[in-house]
Amino acid sequence: MADLNVGDAIPELRVTPDKYLPHRYAGASGDFNPIHIDPEFAKMVGLPNTILHGLYMMGLVARSATDVAGGDPKALKRLSVQFRGMGAPETEIVVSGTVKSVDGDTVVVDTVAAQGDNQTIRNAEAEIQP
Amino acid sequence: MTVKTEAIGKEWPATTYEVGREKIREYATVVGLDNPVYFDREAAKAAGYRDVVAPPMFAVVYSSPAVGPAMFDPDVGMNFAAMVHGGQEFEWGEPACSGDEITTTAKCLDISEKDGKGFYIFETNAVNQNGDQVAKGTWTLIVRGV
Repeated sequence: MADLNVGDAIPELRVTPDKYLPHRYAGASGDFNPIHIDPEFAKMVGLPNTILHGLYMMGLVARSATDVAGGDPKALKRLSVQFRGMGAPETEIVVSGTVKSVDGDTVVVDTVAAQGDNQTIRNAEAEIQP
Repeated sequence: MTVKTEAIGKEWPATTYEVGREKIREYATVVGLDNPVYFDREAAKAAGYRDVVAPPMFAVVYSSPAVGPAMFDPDVGMNFAAMVHGGQEFEWGEPACSGDEITTTAKCLDISEKDGKGFYIFETNAVNQNGDQVAKGTWTLIVRGV
């Protein structure tokens, strides 16, 4: 952590959520919005199919940020994200980031979560203190 | 149509949530976390936590029950069929551990309209049984075609 410099890339996180991941995330989080778990409902409201929970993808961004501090949860002090695209199950998510600033023991990382060219989370800013 | 703005500044009754070990394990497993502090009490204690610790984004689990009534309030008047989650921020304080009782309040910070979209911003403030702040959340919800 101490050797992070502005502009450094953080290790990429690659995850491919399976078809039933949104069901398990719904159970874990309590968010049972049918657009995430019911393909018929999702299509009825104009979506191509069920979509991932944005907060699940934010959970992956948080995982990537805590990984920078060796996986310690209390190192993550703040995380701010913008949801900009819909995520699909059964498609690889790549979370990547670069160090935006280093101030004493506080590191700010700028992160993106994407499925191919579709950036589902942009302008994610994580403040980490090891 | 224009957005209703009279709910700006409104606060809703607090909700309470008791953090449990199995719920932490379930959440950590779904997100793919493997640090033993999320699963094993002894490992968590060895790392300085009171008990199995919740991953930071578990804040959603204990804060969401406070946001629900705010979102469904007729004074806010959101059209759910056209709603998307636009942005989210959390600031964390004291870690949430199994056995903690978290009390969360919700407040409407702002409602505005731009380019035919309604922007609804809510703040949640979660504190533990000792009065320590656990997580402050800022929830931005966007409604198309207001």
